[in-house]
Amino acid sequence: MSGTHTSGGVVWLGSPAFPEAARSAVADTRLRTNLRKATGTIRDKRVAAAAELDDWEELRTAAAAIKRATLRHLDHHLLRLEESVTAVGGTVHWAADAAEANRIVTRLVRATGETEVVKVKSMATQEIGLNEALAAAGITAYETDLAELIVQLDDDRPSHILVPAIHRGRAEIREIFRERMGEWGKPAPEGLTDDPRQLAEAARSHLREKFLNTKVAVSGANFAAADTGTVAVVESEGNGRMCLTLPETLITVMGIEKVLPSFADLEVFLQLLPRSSTGERMNPYTSMWTGTVPGDGPRAFHLVLLDNGRTATLRDTVGRQTLGCIRCSACLNVCPVYERTGGHAYGSPYPGPIGAVLTPQLAGVERAASLPFASTLCGACYDACPVKIDIPEVLVHLRARAVDAARGGSLPTPESLAMKAAALTLATPRRLSFAQRAGALGSRLLARRGVLRRLPGPLHRWSDTRDTPAPPRETFRAWWRRTRPENQ
Amino acid sequence: MRIALFITCFNDTMYPNTGKAVTTLLERLGHTVHFPQAQTCCGQMHFNTGYRREALPLVRRFAEAFAAYDAVVTPSGSCAGMVREHHGTLARQSGDADLMAAIGNLAPKVYELSELLVDVLGVTDVGAYFPHRVTYHPTCHSLRMLRVGDRPLQLLRAVKGIDLVELPEADSCCGFGGTFALKNPDVSSAMLADKVANVTQTRAEVLCAGDNSCLMHIGGGLGRLRTGVGTLHLAEILAGTEGDPR
Amino acid sequence: MTTSRETILARIGSALTDVPKTERYDAAAISRDYRASHAGGHDVTALFAERAADYRATVTRTVHAPTAIAAALAERVPASLIIPDGFPAQWLPDEGGPRRLADRPPLSVRELDAAAGVLTTCAVAIAVTGTLVLDAGPGQGRRALSLLPDYHLCVVRAAQIAEDVPEALRRLNPRRPLTFISGPSATSDIELERVEGVHGPRTLDIVIVEPTTPAPGEAA
Repeated sequence: MSGTHTSGGVVWLGSPAFPEAARSAVADTRLRTNLRKATGTIRDKRVAAAAELDDWEELRTAAAAIKRATLRHLDHHLLRLEESVTAVGGTVHWAADAAEANRIVTRLVRATGETEVVKVKSMATQEIGLNEALAAAGITAYETDLAELIVQLDDDRPSHILVPAIHRGRAEIREIFRERMGEWGKPAPEGLTDDPRQLAEAARSHLREKFLNTKVAVSGANFAAADTGTVAVVESEGNGRMCLTLPETLITVMGIEKVLPSFADLEVFLQLLPRSSTGERMNPYTSMWTGTVPGDGPRAFHLVLLDNGRTATLRDTVGRQTLGCIRCSACLNVCPVYERTGGHAYGSPYPGPIGAVLTPQLAGVERAASLPFASTLCGACYDACPVKIDIPEVLVHLRARAVDAARGGSLPTPESLAMKAAALTLATPRRLSFAQRAGALGSRLLARRGVLRRLPGPLHRWSDTRDTPAPPRETFRAWWRRTRPENQ
Repeated sequence: MRIALFITCFNDTMYPNTGKAVTTLLERLGHTVHFPQAQTCCGQMHFNTGYRREALPLVRRFAEAFAAYDAVVTPSGSCAGMVREHHGTLARQSGDADLMAAIGNLAPKVYELSELLVDVLGVTDVGAYFPHRVTYHPTCHSLRMLRVGDRPLQLLRAVKGIDLVELPEADSCCGFGGTFALKNPDVSSAMLADKVANVTQTRAEVLCAGDNSCLMHIGGGLGRLRTGVGTLHLAEILAGTEGDPR
Repeated sequence: MTTSRETILARIGSALTDVPKTERYDAAAISRDYRASHAGGHDVTALFAERAADYRATVTRTVHAPTAIAAALAERVPASLIIPDGFPAQWLPDEGGPRRLADRPPLSVRELDAAAGVLTTCAVAIAVTGTLVLDAGPGQGRRALSLLPDYHLCVVRAAQIAEDVPEALRRLNPRRPLTFISGPSATSDIELERVEGVHGPRTLDIVIVEPTTPAPGEAA
């Protein structure tokens, strides 16, 4: 089964490596302005919402403990979930990879005879490229979350887990609505301004017909309780309620790691998730359903359990914690790297710090080798994470995996040679002293008034924007030996 | 108490004055400072860049060099963090039970300078004098890995003559991140630009921090833009007294 | 042929070799040191009213439901109002006001969409978060009723207000379809600024019905 977990895999990798993609993103001043404004707004709200609960740390600890203990017995909980969902009239499907999940959903939609589906925002279906797969089968998927709608109309890619159009400002959104809405359905109203209220109203009006007419919905799931078979979707706009209530058939695609042992566990996550993601005490709408109910909502409910690299992630005892992620996006909003680059540079539906650890694990480190390095290890993400995923720990762990994978190559990289040389130099104080003397001599030849303005080779990446002090004549070690001969 | 100084390879080479300041300060407070000559480097650069195999011998050397002391002080939040948080990881991965035991014994005794002063030696007023406008950048690893909190600020507030001003967006990373600055130069430079702007906005004469690597980064940006703002390690401010030639 | 179900379960089994075979999931071993409630001794009715209002719901406290409902309807003047089966008759104002619609036989989605408002009860409310929970029980009707009309007027009995999320979940029956509602529909999708009013009802009024204060000498 080697490699099968990535067949189909995570969509949309293969964009340039992070440093190159980040270069153009950093140069885009409008993007930088949009991101800074949006992440700045949400940061303060999140901190305030978390600070309101004086047991925030205890809630985080409980959430981490539930997630980690659940993952240690994932098979048990999944079988229990399957049993519960089946008992209440749902049908459970298992998909080993993206291609299989897409085939299952396509087959289920075709069986209804419909050619259109409405969608609730879902990371899992982004990950597997479901919309593209459905389109290839002649089925049109309508995204109904406002930001997903913006992205779909603009033929764009999402750049944030919670707010996929975070890279767009209101004026750009107005233009997208005016130019594209008509191609997909009801056009934008005449005289649409960039007032967010008007833009939301335009989306309401555009999508209302779709909600009333479409017979099949596709959703993701935030949580699923194994003991009761209850599935939960957390949202704000009501598009989720529309999709989960009005159509006749509901197909939910859920990563296998979303299972919770019990309905009661939701008491922890329903407190953490809204406060971490939108900085609200509670999001406007949460829907929970347990199978089907006669006379209320869909008559058929299908739950597709998706692996697609999750079991490979589970295998890594350090990386495993990544599967605890509840997709709140707090780590994106606090990340200084994400704030400057936005989400597209990560080349994955999962951007930001969590994407930098999740994508390489789902898709294979070799396919996303630059992502674990797309962080300064500043640790802001770990502090913000409501389920205490130690993202810096996983980042350095994956860096080691990337380096070790490259060790087998025929030619050593310049970096690996430099690292080996540094290790040899640092192996003994004598070698270090020798290198210090040589380096100091060389540097002083290049320095002017003790400052190096341009450094040789790849070090120009540093010296392009920074002066560097020339090392002083005497190292600390030498000073100590000279001044304290008695204390050696 | 036998206090050993772990100077760090970077300070040893680039910022010896910081080590001299730590020595001066601790001796002024009545302690003897030892400098184990066998020390070289904590292995942070290798570990953080993914070269764990190369980092392991450095961990071994560190454990041997400092085994005999009651406390190890280092003027670097990130190197203290490396020892406390990650030496154990490397030791465990090596499967060497002796090394694991040695690290388990040693790591909790390794302190960043402000931790040693405030927690171990119980002092916040070290009798320093520094009549300048200063702003303080809390480095990421001291803040979020070691959780030094406001200990450095407690020490700075007690400095006589100091005009300590708050740095806007102080908690934001400066963009250094070790090899990150070379691997992702554009993002790093963008973060640096924002940090430099925040520093200059304070109209401070001196930017202070507990880690010279971050200071070299921010100072490099401040220098390139000829802002005239200088950088000093926390130890250097705390070491100064009234009557020092300045 | 192996099914994907078997494949995935086998992958999980082989991924968890570090977990001792004898280990079982133990819910009791999870540290749950967090608070059962963040109401902090506040009057839960007042807290719920304040928190629901924070999310732009209009909240009225009353001892006489028909008066408060009539006042809300007089303010909003919906042309029509769905009243689900099982809504307490004694809470309804006298005739007059909007045209009343029953969901019997079930209204079509077109009829629901054309309805201006809906009047429901709820199953539970949550004080700390200002949340209503509907479970499609009596007086609430199926989920679509409180979704398509643009105006939702919800009546809460004070005794239905739970202090916080844990208590609310214990009071709910997961077998019923549950809808948690905190204010009118909203989005933060444009520059992460909250804007009220997208697909769900754009106006949410809440009437809290409190017991009449016992007269002196009367048993509480």
